[in-house]
Amino acid sequence: MALALHPLEQFVIKPIVPLHIGKIDVSFTNSALLMTIAVLVIAAIVIVGTRREELVPGRIQSLGELAYEFIGNMIDETVGEEGQQYFPFVFSLFMFILFGNLLGLIPYGYTFTGQIIVTFALAAVVFVGVTIIGIWKHGWHFLSFFVPHGVPIVLLVLLVPIELLSYVIRPFTLSIRLFANMLAGHTMLAIFGGFAASIGILGLLPLGLDVLIFFLELLVAVLQAYVFTILTCLYLNDAINLH
Amino acid sequence: MDLASAKMIGAGIACIALVGAGIGIGNVFAALINALARNPAAQVTPFAFLGFALAEATGLFGLAIAFLILFVF
Repeated sequence: MALALHPLEQFVIKPIVPLHIGKIDVSFTNSALLMTIAVLVIAAIVIVGTRREELVPGRIQSLGELAYEFIGNMIDETVGEEGQQYFPFVFSLFMFILFGNLLGLIPYGYTFTGQIIVTFALAAVVFVGVTIIGIWKHGWHFLSFFVPHGVPIVLLVLLVPIELLSYVIRPFTLSIRLFANMLAGHTMLAIFGGFAASIGILGLLPLGLDVLIFFLELLVAVLQAYVFTILTCLYLNDAINLH
Repeated sequence: MDLASAKMIGAGIACIALVGAGIGIGNVFAALINALARNPAAQVTPFAFLGFALAEATGLFGLAIAFLILFVF
């Protein structure tokens, strides 16, 4: 079956301003453009929202306050008071992923969170950062994280490698979860869009389905940003409080 | 068996992963309804949506593989 447009075409990276330094391609691409737009939108919400601090907040101010309190409460519930010093990082991470997902849902837009390298870079930053925090706070004692309490020594031979593996695999599961959600969701939208275009008047059916899937994708976009952030908080909790 | 039909069969097999996601999501929301029916004041809805997202992601791994088989290779 030939679809009018290739469903994965939306993920192609196109250079907008070609730029080469030596042999390295550092072109300004559509992915970079969307990242810039996301950062500008986040900065606008936070800066405009806090410019005139009113007792009764306006639209943008309440949006900023909502996001701030949401992340603040999340860190309080998962990590505790000690985690608040990492608030800026967690807040930036959440807003960046959230707006990456939401901007990607605009038709003819581009989803940079649908690129495995972007999500993997984010997850790797979280993983390396959390490991450094753990070692910095607890020193060699951090290694006790891999040894479950109250387990017979015979079982430790089996359990320590499993704990170690489940720790090392974290950046991969974290990044693939976000990437696969975005890839599968947007491809599904494109495929049903292709059906709608190719079967004439009956195409209203897949078109209606597409509208419903779009709402699911809106939910997934917010939910996956939330999941990525709360898992970051849980990993942070592991590093700070060690089980 | 030629490559084109093997791809189709492979993509179909990859979609079996969605069975698990369906069972998982069903379990999550069944438990949520149970909890809310017994104690309407329970503050468990955010956890239910967290569980929904985690369960759904596992199924989408399979779906993403199916799409990659069909459209990339």
